[in-house]
Amino acid sequence: MLPNVLRLHPDDSVVTAIRDLAEGEQLCADGLLPKVSVRQPIAFGHKVAIRAIACGEHVIKYGASIGVAVADIAPGEHVHTQNLASVRGDASR
Amino acid sequence: MSNTTFDGYLRPDGSVGVRNIVAVIPSCGCAQHVARMIAAAVPGAAVVDYSGGCGETAADLNVATHLLAQMGRHPNVIASLVVSLGCEGLDARDLSARIAEGWAPTELLVIQEMGGTRKTIDRGVEIVRGFVENVADYQRTSCPASSLTVGLECGGSDATSGLAANPSLGVMADLLVAEGGRAILPETSELLGAEHILMDRAATPDLASQIERVVKACERELKATGEDMTGKQPSPGNIRGGITTVEEKALGDVLKGGSTPVVDVLTYGQPPRQPGLSFMDTPGNDLASVTGLAAAGCQVIVFTTGRGNPMGNAIAPVLKVTGNPATYARMSEDMDVNAGEVVEGKATVTEMGERIWELVLATASGQETAAERTGHQEFMMLRKGPLY
Repeated sequence: MLPNVLRLHPDDSVVTAIRDLAEGEQLCADGLLPKVSVRQPIAFGHKVAIRAIACGEHVIKYGASIGVAVADIAPGEHVHTQNLASVRGDASR
Repeated sequence: MSNTTFDGYLRPDGSVGVRNIVAVIPSCGCAQHVARMIAAAVPGAAVVDYSGGCGETAADLNVATHLLAQMGRHPNVIASLVVSLGCEGLDARDLSARIAEGWAPTELLVIQEMGGTRKTIDRGVEIVRGFVENVADYQRTSCPASSLTVGLECGGSDATSGLAANPSLGVMADLLVAEGGRAILPETSELLGAEHILMDRAATPDLASQIERVVKACERELKATGEDMTGKQPSPGNIRGGITTVEEKALGDVLKGGSTPVVDVLTYGQPPRQPGLSFMDTPGNDLASVTGLAAAGCQVIVFTTGRGNPMGNAIAPVLKVTGNPATYARMSEDMDVNAGEVVEGKATVTEMGERIWELVLATASGQETAAERTGHQEFMMLRKGPLY
Protein backbone atom coordinates (compact mmCIF):
# COMPACT_ATOMS: atom_id res chain seq x y z
CA MET A 1 0.00 0.00 0.00
CA LEU A 2 1.34 3.44 -0.95
CA PRO A 3 1.67 6.01 1.84
CA ASN A 4 -1.41 8.26 2.02
CA VAL A 5 -0.30 10.35 5.01
CA LEU A 6 2.96 11.77 6.38
CA ARG A 7 4.01 11.63 10.02
CA LEU A 8 6.64 14.34 10.52
CA HIS A 9 7.90 13.36 13.99
CA PRO A 10 7.65 10.21 16.15
CA ASP A 11 5.89 12.18 18.92
CA ASP A 12 3.14 13.48 16.64
CA SER A 13 -0.50 12.78 17.52
CA VAL A 14 -1.65 13.80 14.02
CA VAL A 15 -0.57 12.95 10.47
CA THR A 16 -1.09 14.91 7.24
CA ALA A 17 -2.99 13.53 4.23
CA ILE A 18 -0.90 13.58 1.04
CA ARG A 19 -3.96 12.81 -1.07
CA ASP A 20 -7.73 13.11 -0.54
CA LEU A 21 -8.86 10.29 1.76
CA ALA A 22 -12.28 8.62 1.69
CA GLU A 23 -14.22 7.69 4.83
CA GLY A 24 -13.08 4.33 6.15
CA GLU A 25 -9.69 4.35 4.45
CA GLN A 26 -6.84 2.97 6.53
CA LEU A 27 -3.91 5.30 7.16
CA CYS A 28 -0.57 4.30 5.73
CA ALA A 29 2.77 6.07 6.22
CA ASP A 30 6.47 5.35 6.10
CA GLY A 31 7.28 4.10 9.57
CA LEU A 32 4.95 2.43 12.03
CA LEU A 33 1.45 3.76 12.48
CA PRO A 34 -1.28 2.34 14.69
CA LYS A 35 -4.12 0.78 12.70
CA VAL A 36 -6.41 3.76 12.13
CA SER A 37 -9.23 4.26 9.64
CA VAL A 38 -10.44 7.76 8.87
CA ARG A 39 -13.91 8.63 10.18
CA GLN A 40 -14.80 11.15 7.51
CA PRO A 41 -13.38 12.29 4.14
CA ILE A 42 -10.06 14.13 4.62
CA ALA A 43 -8.81 16.63 2.04
CA PHE A 44 -5.19 16.71 0.82
CA GLY A 45 -3.05 18.59 3.34
CA HIS A 46 -5.45 18.17 6.24
CA LYS A 47 -4.72 16.41 9.53
CA VAL A 48 -6.00 13.15 11.04
CA ALA A 49 -5.60 12.06 14.68
CA ILE A 50 -3.66 8.81 15.05
CA ARG A 51 -4.56 8.38 18.72
CA ALA A 52 -7.20 9.60 21.14
CA ILE A 53 -6.61 13.22 22.17
CA ALA A 54 -8.51 14.49 25.20
CA CYS A 55 -10.11 17.93 25.32
CA GLY A 56 -7.48 20.33 26.70
CA GLU A 57 -4.55 18.20 25.60
CA HIS A 58 -1.87 19.66 23.31
CA VAL A 59 -1.98 18.43 19.73
CA ILE A 60 1.50 17.49 18.50
CA LYS A 61 2.84 17.94 14.93
CA TYR A 62 6.49 18.51 13.90
CA GLY A 63 7.19 17.16 17.41
CA ALA A 64 5.79 20.35 19.00
CA SER A 65 2.47 21.78 20.16
CA ILE A 66 0.28 23.25 17.42
CA GLY A 67 -2.44 24.19 19.95
CA VAL A 68 -4.92 22.49 22.27
CA ALA A 69 -7.83 20.19 21.57
CA VAL A 70 -11.13 21.95 22.33
CA ALA A 71 -13.08 18.68 22.10
CA ASP A 72 -12.25 15.03 22.63
CA ILE A 73 -10.73 13.74 19.42
CA ALA A 74 -10.94 10.07 18.43
CA PRO A 75 -8.32 8.27 16.34
CA GLY A 76 -9.16 8.71 12.64
CA GLU A 77 -10.94 12.02 13.20
CA HIS A 78 -10.26 15.15 11.12
CA VAL A 79 -8.26 17.62 13.27
CA HIS A 80 -8.92 21.21 12.26
CA THR A 81 -10.58 24.41 13.45
CA GLN A 82 -13.62 22.53 14.87
CA ASN A 83 -11.56 20.69 17.51
CA LEU A 84 -8.13 22.41 17.65
CA ALA A 85 -7.44 25.96 18.83
CA SER A 86 -4.33 28.11 18.89
CA VAL A 87 -2.85 29.06 22.26
CA ARG A 88 -0.55 31.74 20.87
CA GLY A 89 -2.85 33.40 18.38
CA ASP A 90 -5.99 33.86 20.44
CA ALA A 91 -6.29 36.95 22.66
CA SER A 92 -8.74 35.12 24.94
CA ARG A 93 -6.23 32.41 25.89
CA MET B 1 34.25 26.23 1.81
CA SER B 2 33.97 25.45 -1.90
CA ASN B 3 34.30 27.89 -4.76
CA THR B 4 30.85 28.06 -6.29
CA THR B 5 30.42 31.07 -8.57
CA PHE B 6 27.78 32.83 -10.63
CA ASP B 7 27.95 35.55 -13.27
CA GLY B 8 27.11 38.85 -11.60
CA TYR B 9 27.87 42.53 -12.00
CA LEU B 10 30.73 43.70 -9.81
CA ARG B 11 29.91 47.27 -8.69
CA PRO B 12 32.44 50.02 -7.95
CA ASP B 13 31.67 49.75 -4.20
CA GLY B 14 32.48 46.02 -4.19
CA SER B 15 28.88 44.84 -4.03
CA VAL B 16 27.54 42.43 -6.65
CA GLY B 17 24.34 42.99 -8.62
CA VAL B 18 22.38 40.38 -10.53
CA ARG B 19 20.23 42.78 -12.61
CA ASN B 20 20.76 46.25 -14.15
CA ILE B 21 17.65 48.13 -13.11
CA VAL B 22 16.95 51.85 -13.37
CA ALA B 23 14.72 52.55 -10.35
CA VAL B 24 12.04 55.23 -10.45
CA ILE B 25 11.17 56.07 -6.85
CA PRO B 26 8.15 58.21 -5.94
CA SER B 27 8.71 59.92 -2.59
CA CYS B 28 4.98 59.90 -1.86
CA GLY B 29 1.73 58.43 -3.09
CA CYS B 30 0.87 61.64 -4.93
CA ALA B 31 3.93 61.13 -7.14
CA GLN B 32 3.14 57.47 -7.80
CA HIS B 33 1.26 57.98 -11.05
CA VAL B 34 3.99 60.11 -12.61
CA ALA B 35 6.68 57.65 -11.47
CA ARG B 36 4.71 54.71 -12.86
CA MET B 37 4.22 56.42 -16.24
CA ILE B 38 7.95 57.19 -16.49
CA ALA B 39 8.97 53.62 -15.63
CA ALA B 40 6.37 52.13 -17.98
CA ALA B 41 7.72 54.19 -20.90
CA VAL B 42 11.27 52.87 -20.70
CA PRO B 43 12.20 49.16 -20.89
CA GLY B 44 14.76 48.44 -18.19
CA ALA B 45 13.18 50.86 -15.71
CA ALA B 46 11.11 49.74 -12.72
CA VAL B 47 9.01 51.70 -10.27
CA VAL B 48 9.57 51.28 -6.53
CA ASP B 49 5.89 51.78 -5.96
CA TYR B 50 5.82 53.62 -2.62
CA SER B 51 2.39 54.93 -1.63
CA GLY B 52 3.07 56.62 1.73
CA GLY B 53 5.12 59.74 2.42
CA CYS B 54 2.55 62.06 3.96
CA GLY B 55 0.47 62.28 7.13
CA GLU B 56 2.56 59.63 8.82
CA THR B 57 4.47 59.53 12.09
CA ALA B 58 8.07 60.71 12.04
CA ALA B 59 9.14 57.17 12.88
CA ASP B 60 7.35 55.75 9.83
CA LEU B 61 8.71 58.48 7.54
CA ASN B 62 12.23 57.79 8.83
CA VAL B 63 11.94 54.09 8.13
CA ALA B 64 10.51 54.79 4.65
CA THR B 65 13.27 57.29 3.77
CA HIS B 66 15.91 54.89 4.99
CA LEU B 67 14.50 51.93 3.06
CA LEU B 68 13.80 53.86 -0.17
CA ALA B 69 17.40 55.10 -0.05
CA GLN B 70 18.57 51.50 0.28
CA MET B 71 16.41 50.57 -2.71
CA GLY B 72 18.14 53.31 -4.70
CA ARG B 73 21.52 51.98 -3.59
CA HIS B 74 20.64 48.31 -4.11
CA PRO B 75 23.35 46.37 -6.01
CA ASN B 76 20.76 45.46 -8.68
CA VAL B 77 20.16 49.20 -9.38
CA ILE B 78 22.47 51.06 -11.82
CA ALA B 79 20.75 54.46 -11.56
CA SER B 80 17.66 56.01 -10.05
CA LEU B 81 15.22 58.86 -10.39
CA VAL B 82 13.34 60.17 -7.35
CA VAL B 83 9.97 61.73 -8.24
CA SER B 84 8.69 64.12 -5.58
CA LEU B 85 5.43 66.05 -5.47
CA GLY B 86 6.99 68.95 -3.55
CA CYS B 87 4.85 69.32 -0.44
CA GLU B 88 4.97 65.79 1.05
CA GLY B 89 6.06 64.94 4.58
CA LEU B 90 8.91 62.72 3.43
CA ASP B 91 12.02 64.80 2.70
CA ALA B 92 12.69 63.93 -0.96
CA ARG B 93 15.89 66.00 -1.08
CA ASP B 94 17.24 64.06 1.89
CA LEU B 95 16.23 60.81 0.17
CA SER B 96 17.94 61.88 -3.04
CA ALA B 97 21.09 62.93 -1.15
CA ARG B 98 21.25 59.60 0.66
CA ILE B 99 21.00 57.70 -2.63
CA ALA B 100 23.70 59.95 -4.10
CA GLU B 101 26.11 58.73 -1.39
CA GLY B 102 26.24 55.43 -3.31
CA TRP B 103 28.14 54.81 -6.55
CA ALA B 104 25.12 54.91 -8.89
CA PRO B 105 23.91 58.16 -10.51
CA THR B 106 20.59 59.59 -9.30
CA GLU B 107 18.34 62.53 -10.21
CA LEU B 108 15.42 64.28 -8.52
CA LEU B 109 12.33 65.74 -10.19
CA VAL B 110 9.74 67.76 -8.26
CA ILE B 111 6.32 67.76 -9.94
CA GLN B 112 5.26 71.14 -8.49
CA GLU B 113 8.50 72.74 -9.70
CA MET B 114 8.38 71.06 -13.11
CA GLY B 115 4.91 72.45 -13.79
CA GLY B 116 2.76 69.37 -13.60
CA THR B 117 2.23 65.78 -14.65
CA ARG B 118 3.10 65.77 -18.36
CA LYS B 119 6.20 67.97 -18.09
CA THR B 120 7.53 65.78 -15.29
CA ILE B 121 6.83 62.58 -17.18
CA ASP B 122 8.52 63.91 -20.36
CA ARG B 123 11.63 65.04 -18.48
CA GLY B 124 11.65 61.85 -16.38
CA VAL B 125 11.50 59.63 -19.46
CA GLU B 126 14.42 61.58 -20.96
CA ILE B 127 16.50 61.11 -17.81
CA VAL B 128 15.66 57.43 -17.44
CA ARG B 129 16.37 56.74 -21.15
CA GLY B 130 19.80 58.28 -20.63
CA PHE B 131 20.41 56.01 -17.63
CA VAL B 132 19.26 52.90 -19.49
CA GLU B 133 21.67 53.64 -22.36
CA ASN B 134 24.53 53.06 -19.90
CA VAL B 135 23.49 49.43 -19.34
CA ALA B 136 26.00 48.33 -22.00
CA ASP B 137 28.80 49.56 -19.71
CA TYR B 138 28.16 46.66 -17.35
CA GLN B 139 29.43 43.15 -18.10
CA ARG B 140 28.84 40.04 -16.05
CA THR B 141 31.91 38.50 -14.44
CA SER B 142 32.43 35.41 -12.33
CA CYS B 143 31.54 36.24 -8.70
CA PRO B 144 31.73 34.06 -5.60
CA ALA B 145 28.48 32.67 -4.17
CA SER B 146 29.56 34.26 -0.89
CA SER B 147 28.58 37.65 -2.36
CA LEU B 148 24.91 36.61 -2.42
CA THR B 149 22.26 37.70 0.07
CA VAL B 150 19.08 35.65 -0.35
CA GLY B 151 15.71 36.26 1.32
CA LEU B 152 13.67 33.29 2.53
CA GLU B 153 10.02 34.25 2.14
CA CYS B 154 6.88 32.18 2.38
CA GLY B 155 3.30 33.09 1.65
CA GLY B 156 -0.03 31.65 0.65
CA SER B 157 0.97 28.65 2.73
CA ASP B 158 -0.80 25.34 2.90
CA ALA B 159 0.12 22.06 4.55
CA THR B 160 2.65 21.29 1.79
CA SER B 161 4.68 24.39 2.72
CA GLY B 162 5.81 22.69 5.90
CA LEU B 163 6.07 19.23 4.30
CA ALA B 164 7.99 20.03 1.13
CA ALA B 165 8.70 23.62 0.06
CA ASN B 166 10.04 25.07 3.32
CA PRO B 167 12.29 22.12 4.27
CA SER B 168 13.69 22.21 0.68
CA LEU B 169 14.32 25.95 0.97
CA GLY B 170 16.04 25.20 4.30
CA VAL B 171 18.47 22.92 2.46
CA MET B 172 19.15 25.78 0.00
CA ALA B 173 19.77 28.17 2.92
CA ASP B 174 22.29 25.73 4.43
CA LEU B 175 24.12 25.46 1.06
CA LEU B 176 24.25 29.26 0.74
CA VAL B 177 25.56 29.67 4.29
CA ALA B 178 28.15 26.92 3.70
CA GLU B 179 29.44 29.04 0.78
CA GLY B 180 29.81 32.05 3.07
CA GLY B 181 26.68 33.80 1.81
CA ARG B 182 23.94 35.57 3.74
CA ALA B 183 20.43 34.27 4.23
CA ILE B 184 17.62 36.32 5.79
CA LEU B 185 14.68 34.68 7.53
CA PRO B 186 11.81 37.23 7.86
CA GLU B 187 8.19 37.17 9.17
CA THR B 188 7.99 37.51 12.95
CA SER B 189 4.24 36.88 13.20
CA GLU B 190 4.81 33.51 11.56
CA LEU B 191 7.20 32.44 14.29
CA LEU B 192 4.69 32.40 17.15
CA GLY B 193 5.04 28.89 18.54
CA ALA B 194 8.32 28.07 16.80
CA GLU B 195 10.62 30.73 18.26
CA HIS B 196 12.20 28.12 20.56
CA ILE B 197 13.70 26.46 17.45
CA LEU B 198 15.50 29.65 16.40
CA MET B 199 16.43 30.50 19.99
CA ASP B 200 18.09 27.08 20.37
CA ARG B 201 20.13 27.92 17.26
CA ALA B 202 21.06 31.47 18.28
CA ALA B 203 24.81 32.00 18.06
CA THR B 204 24.88 33.75 21.47
CA PRO B 205 22.57 33.88 24.52
CA ASP B 206 22.03 37.57 23.82
CA LEU B 207 20.74 36.79 20.31
CA ALA B 208 18.41 34.15 21.78
CA SER B 209 16.88 36.75 24.10
CA GLN B 210 16.64 39.23 21.20
CA ILE B 211 14.65 36.67 19.19
CA GLU B 212 12.38 36.07 22.18
CA ARG B 213 11.92 39.83 22.72
CA VAL B 214 11.01 40.49 19.09
CA VAL B 215 8.53 37.59 18.93
CA LYS B 216 6.96 38.49 22.32
CA ALA B 217 6.58 42.12 21.22
CA CYS B 218 4.80 40.98 18.07
CA GLU B 219 2.52 38.70 20.10
CA ARG B 220 1.72 41.55 22.54
CA GLU B 221 0.91 43.89 19.66
CA LEU B 222 -1.39 41.33 18.09
CA LYS B 223 -3.14 40.53 21.37
CA ALA B 224 -3.50 44.24 22.21
CA THR B 225 -5.89 44.50 19.29
CA GLY B 226 -8.18 42.28 21.39
CA GLU B 227 -8.76 40.16 18.32
CA ASP B 228 -8.43 36.46 17.94
CA MET B 229 -5.70 36.11 15.35
CA THR B 230 -7.58 33.20 13.81
CA GLY B 231 -8.63 34.22 10.31
CA LYS B 232 -5.56 36.44 9.94
CA GLN B 233 -2.77 34.15 11.08
CA PRO B 234 -3.34 31.62 9.63
CA SER B 235 -5.22 33.28 6.76
CA PRO B 236 -8.49 31.86 5.38
CA GLY B 237 -6.53 30.32 2.49
CA ASN B 238 -4.02 28.74 4.88
CA ILE B 239 -6.95 27.21 6.79
CA ARG B 240 -8.57 25.81 3.63
CA GLY B 241 -5.16 24.31 2.83
CA GLY B 242 -5.16 22.39 6.12
CA ILE B 243 -3.23 24.69 8.45
CA THR B 244 -5.26 25.18 11.64
CA THR B 245 -3.23 27.37 14.00
CA VAL B 246 -0.46 29.96 13.95
CA GLU B 247 1.76 27.51 15.87
CA GLU B 248 1.34 24.92 13.13
CA LYS B 249 2.07 27.51 10.46
CA ALA B 250 5.15 28.68 12.39
CA LEU B 251 6.59 25.19 12.84
CA GLY B 252 6.28 24.63 9.09
CA ASP B 253 7.54 28.12 8.29
CA VAL B 254 10.72 28.06 10.39
CA LEU B 255 12.03 25.08 8.37
CA LYS B 256 12.89 27.42 5.48
CA GLY B 257 15.70 28.82 7.65
CA GLY B 258 17.59 25.53 7.43
CA SER B 259 19.73 24.32 10.29
CA THR B 260 22.60 26.79 10.71
CA PRO B 261 23.08 29.13 13.71
CA VAL B 262 21.19 32.43 13.80
CA VAL B 263 24.02 34.96 13.67
CA ASP B 264 22.04 38.20 13.96
CA VAL B 265 18.63 39.78 14.55
CA LEU B 266 17.86 42.58 12.09
CA THR B 267 15.30 45.37 12.09
CA TYR B 268 12.95 45.80 9.11
CA GLY B 269 15.06 46.38 5.98
CA GLN B 270 18.40 46.32 7.83
CA PRO B 271 21.22 44.85 5.71
CA PRO B 272 22.90 41.76 7.23
CA ARG B 273 26.08 42.59 9.10
CA GLN B 274 27.76 39.23 8.71
CA PRO B 275 27.66 35.99 6.70
CA GLY B 276 25.25 33.28 7.83
CA LEU B 277 21.56 33.17 8.69
CA SER B 278 20.04 36.38 10.08
CA PHE B 279 16.51 36.74 11.39
CA MET B 280 14.69 39.92 10.31
CA ASP B 281 11.74 41.40 12.22
CA THR B 282 9.08 41.87 9.52
CA PRO B 283 5.33 41.37 9.28
CA GLY B 284 4.01 38.12 7.84
CA ASN B 285 2.38 40.18 5.10
CA ASP B 286 4.15 38.97 1.96
CA LEU B 287 4.47 42.32 0.19
CA ALA B 288 5.76 44.20 3.23
CA SER B 289 8.12 41.37 4.09
CA VAL B 290 9.57 41.05 0.55
CA THR B 291 10.00 44.86 0.46
CA GLY B 292 12.04 44.62 3.69
CA LEU B 293 14.17 41.83 2.21
CA ALA B 294 14.83 43.75 -1.01
CA ALA B 295 15.69 46.92 0.92
CA ALA B 296 18.17 44.92 3.00
CA GLY B 297 20.08 44.16 -0.19
CA CYS B 298 18.86 40.67 -1.09
CA GLN B 299 19.84 40.21 -4.74
CA VAL B 300 17.48 37.22 -5.02
CA ILE B 301 14.47 36.19 -2.93
CA VAL B 302 13.03 32.67 -2.79
CA PHE B 303 9.33 32.52 -2.01
CA THR B 304 7.58 29.28 -1.08
CA THR B 305 3.84 29.14 -1.66
CA GLY B 306 1.42 26.26 -1.31
CA ARG B 307 -1.73 28.03 -2.45
CA GLY B 308 0.07 29.90 -5.23
CA ASN B 309 1.14 33.53 -4.82
CA PRO B 310 2.41 35.09 -8.08
CA MET B 311 4.00 38.25 -6.60
CA GLY B 312 7.44 39.62 -7.42
CA ASN B 313 9.52 42.70 -6.67
CA ALA B 314 10.79 45.60 -8.75
CA ILE B 315 14.42 45.33 -7.62
CA ALA B 316 15.10 41.74 -6.53
CA PRO B 317 14.06 38.74 -8.66
CA VAL B 318 11.68 36.48 -6.71
CA LEU B 319 11.76 32.71 -7.30
CA LYS B 320 8.57 30.76 -6.60
CA VAL B 321 8.62 27.31 -5.04
CA THR B 322 5.39 25.43 -4.47
CA GLY B 323 5.14 22.21 -2.48
CA ASN B 324 1.66 21.53 -3.83
CA PRO B 325 1.60 19.51 -7.07
CA ALA B 326 -1.94 20.73 -7.87
CA THR B 327 -0.87 24.38 -7.50
CA TYR B 328 2.10 23.76 -9.79
CA ALA B 329 -0.18 22.21 -12.41
CA ARG B 330 -2.75 25.02 -12.12
CA MET B 331 -0.34 28.00 -11.92
CA SER B 332 2.78 26.74 -13.68
CA GLU B 333 3.37 30.10 -15.42
CA ASP B 334 3.82 31.68 -11.96
CA MET B 335 5.97 28.93 -10.45
CA ASP B 336 9.69 28.23 -10.87
CA VAL B 337 10.05 25.02 -8.85
CA ASN B 338 7.69 22.10 -8.28
CA ALA B 339 8.63 20.92 -4.80
CA GLY B 340 5.37 18.93 -4.96
CA GLU B 341 7.60 16.12 -6.20
CA VAL B 342 8.65 15.72 -2.57
CA VAL B 343 5.04 15.11 -1.50
CA GLU B 344 4.61 12.66 -4.39
CA GLY B 345 7.75 10.75 -3.37
CA LYS B 346 9.53 11.59 -6.66
CA ALA B 347 12.32 13.67 -5.08
CA THR B 348 13.86 14.01 -1.63
CA VAL B 349 13.99 17.26 0.32
CA THR B 350 17.79 17.30 -0.14
CA GLU B 351 17.50 16.91 -3.93
CA MET B 352 14.88 19.63 -4.08
CA GLY B 353 17.02 21.98 -1.95
CA GLU B 354 19.97 21.42 -4.31
CA ARG B 355 17.71 22.17 -7.27
CA ILE B 356 16.59 25.46 -5.68
CA TRP B 357 20.22 26.40 -5.00
CA GLU B 358 21.14 25.76 -8.68
CA LEU B 359 18.20 27.93 -9.69
CA VAL B 360 19.25 30.73 -7.31
CA LEU B 361 22.69 30.73 -8.98
CA ALA B 362 21.13 30.66 -12.48
CA THR B 363 18.79 33.52 -11.53
CA ALA B 364 21.72 35.48 -10.13
CA SER B 365 23.48 34.85 -13.47
CA GLY B 366 20.60 36.43 -15.37
CA GLN B 367 17.97 33.73 -15.93
CA GLU B 368 14.49 35.25 -15.72
CA THR B 369 12.09 34.17 -12.97
CA ALA B 370 8.40 33.44 -13.56
CA ALA B 371 7.48 36.67 -11.73
CA GLU B 372 9.83 38.67 -13.99
CA ARG B 373 8.35 37.08 -17.13
CA THR B 374 4.83 37.95 -16.00
CA GLY B 375 5.80 41.51 -14.97
CA HIS B 376 5.22 41.34 -11.22
CA GLN B 377 6.76 44.29 -9.33
CA GLU B 378 4.83 44.50 -6.06
CA PHE B 379 5.86 46.86 -3.28
CA MET B 380 4.52 47.66 0.18
CA MET B 381 6.25 49.69 2.86
CA LEU B 382 5.63 48.70 6.47
CA ARG B 383 3.72 51.40 8.38
CA LYS B 384 3.38 50.99 12.15
CA GLY B 385 1.69 54.23 13.16
CA PRO B 386 -1.61 55.88 12.24
CA LEU B 387 -2.27 57.93 9.12
CA TYR B 388 -3.19 61.53 9.88
